[in-house]
Amino acid sequence: MESLHSQLGGLQYDAAPESAAVANIQKEYGLFINGRFTSPADHKTFSTINPATEETLSMIALADTKDVDSAVQSAKRAYEKVWSKTTGVQRAKYLYRIARLIQERSREFAVTETLDNGKPIRETRDIDVPLAAAHFFYYAGWADKLSHAGFGQDPQPLGVAGQIIPWNFPLLMAAWKLAPALAAGNTCVLKPAETTPLTALLLAEILQQAELPEGVVNIITGDGTTGAALVEHPDVNKIAFTGSTGVGRMIQQRIAGSGKHLTLELGGKGANIVFEDAPIDEVVEGIIDGIFFNQGHVCCAGSRLLVQESIAEDVLRRLMRRVEQLRVGDPMDKNTDVGAINSAEQLARITELTAAGEGEGATRLTSTCVLPSTGFWFAPTVFTNVSQSHRIAREEIFGPVLSILTFRTPEEAVQKANNTNYGLACGVWSEKGSRTLWVAERLRAGVIWANTYNKFDPTSPFGGVRESGFGREGGRQGLEAYLNV
Amino acid sequence: MSENRLEVRKTYKLLMNGAFPRSESGRTYEVVDAEGTFIANVAQASRKDLRDAVVAARAAQAKWWSQSAYNRGQVIYRLAEMAEARHDEIAEAVEVCEGVKSKEARKSVSRGIDRMVWYAGWTDKITQVFGGANPVAGPYFNFSLPVPSGVVAAIAHPALSFEGIIDVIFGPVAAGNAVVLLASTERPIPAVLLGEMSAVSDFPGGVLNILTGQVEELAPVMASHEDIDGFDVGHAPEEERASLISASAGSIKRVFEGHGTDEVTAMRRMRTFIETSTVWHTKGQ
Repeated sequence: MESLHSQLGGLQYDAAPESAAVANIQKEYGLFINGRFTSPADHKTFSTINPATEETLSMIALADTKDVDSAVQSAKRAYEKVWSKTTGVQRAKYLYRIARLIQERSREFAVTETLDNGKPIRETRDIDVPLAAAHFFYYAGWADKLSHAGFGQDPQPLGVAGQIIPWNFPLLMAAWKLAPALAAGNTCVLKPAETTPLTALLLAEILQQAELPEGVVNIITGDGTTGAALVEHPDVNKIAFTGSTGVGRMIQQRIAGSGKHLTLELGGKGANIVFEDAPIDEVVEGIIDGIFFNQGHVCCAGSRLLVQESIAEDVLRRLMRRVEQLRVGDPMDKNTDVGAINSAEQLARITELTAAGEGEGATRLTSTCVLPSTGFWFAPTVFTNVSQSHRIAREEIFGPVLSILTFRTPEEAVQKANNTNYGLACGVWSEKGSRTLWVAERLRAGVIWANTYNKFDPTSPFGGVRESGFGREGGRQGLEAYLNV
Repeated sequence: MSENRLEVRKTYKLLMNGAFPRSESGRTYEVVDAEGTFIANVAQASRKDLRDAVVAARAAQAKWWSQSAYNRGQVIYRLAEMAEARHDEIAEAVEVCEGVKSKEARKSVSRGIDRMVWYAGWTDKITQVFGGANPVAGPYFNFSLPVPSGVVAAIAHPALSFEGIIDVIFGPVAAGNAVVLLASTERPIPAVLLGEMSAVSDFPGGVLNILTGQVEELAPVMASHEDIDGFDVGHAPEEERASLISASAGSIKRVFEGHGTDEVTAMRRMRTFIETSTVWHTKGQ
């Protein structure tokens, strides 16, 4: 084993960089309101940077209350005058067009996303962008079949949907929000995250190419104040939010009593449960995918590993060997496994929580990988000797940090997995199907992956229970969030 | 002789964990009929009673959900049988409490019982109607199951003392939740009767908990209680609703705001207290 390890460790890869030229990022972007980009010169602006290099990519308009109002009015007009009178089959064809246009420009989307977000090109190319296109394609087909979706004979849209999305899957989250909303007949005001606005703005170009009627989708960039103005706007009928539980809670409070519809997709502290009979090599890959996918910037990340005590040592040894092999660095390199942390702010939070982990007595194991000198980076990290009361076992870290706990019986595994206020996702690893299903039906979580982790599909409902939020995205169930049923 | 016989009155107590305690606070409040005539001193539940009811509901919910859907349907149906047998008694209570004509009261009770039967039939339909298999692009068997939110708190219809509580209780209960109901403050008697009948209908103790007391005292505690998963505020006083929803955000509760008694509202309520749990199971040789 040791000699194999040293051989693998000694393997050198040449860099295989994707070309940034295909991205074609403009120097500045305005707000996308009523089918047109406004001039950023008329607005306050902020920069969006490449977190891997800290270089400014573009200057972005910051939408204030007035801008939010014109976006909402545009959406409202489009709803009343156009979209509510557009037949399902017409809406479907617009959505199919959007899906196809994303596919056509997929490389451009992937590169832009990687530059703006810091995630590896391998992930944007193979996961974010194809899934975004698939989401539009899937919901396109629902637009003219709403009567068959199980919500009654003639389900009606809600009106104007205000949609606020996070920075971890910028394009994909835009697709998750827009596709079902438009299929159901709503118009949208989408607010991308402050640090990752570019692919949403590129999507705006796609909407123009698709000739989507003006005002049906408006995209307003900005910061928290922009989001707050959207949430509070009286002509918004529905708020769909993906982000932290803290902000989700604030939104639920702010719109209380307003009659606005609400769906929330919030944080998580997913348990990845490994039984002793599980196929060990697949388990190690599954643990890696569970926590290091997208630098751990995943609400459903398997950030708590629960291993059956009898195999804990073996799993840890194999896991750490694999962690050492992860290639951390340039997100544009096609060989990169773990890219840049999205922002200095997020890096500070991960650093603070991991320090707390050490402070509370957990044992820290960190990859010895060499980190680039500029940009925001965090080496893959694993904690052992973690107790359930530790902050690293309770709080969402949203970074490449895994906490390992052990259990002896299935009952104990379930009890520990459920010992959180969150309830987004869990993993179960076992060759015994009956036990997997027994555990799955006792886990308080919206998504359960058995012998896999972090898989997504437009046909599969995604969303949490408890403080991970309510409402589903994906599947027939995902339509409910945008129908008055 | 018979006209001189003194009636044996009933003591109206809480229903918690399958038992009928008085309020731990020792408090009661006076309930009068539509004309203002004294009916009874009803237990006035305290915050502590509410918290105890939630503990009972949490434990009972796991048992309730672990029973087969067929079994749960039979238990709810059994309660409908009990209610049917005591139709006259409930109707009399409704008549007295609501001040409606006897015929109207009887019709209202009939509608309530029929709605209960409707819910009894839902227990083993929910999974197929709301769940299903999902054709994901990959080697997985992917299925979505509707599962209960857990513990649901509810405020009863203030006026419709029997018919109006059936949806509020059995929407969540049919879906596998346990319920803590705050009965109508002014017209609690029919709810208490229903609670008594539930004790002989094979519900695990704690699935159904019925408190009598003051909305302004207990509703805010329901909203802020961290171990309540869902809150039906549809029948809360309108001026209180916004602050109750706002306080519910503390633990991201599922909040239901509807107040109609129609079937669409009933379905909406049931869906509010159902979660979709999706399992990806690997396929392979």
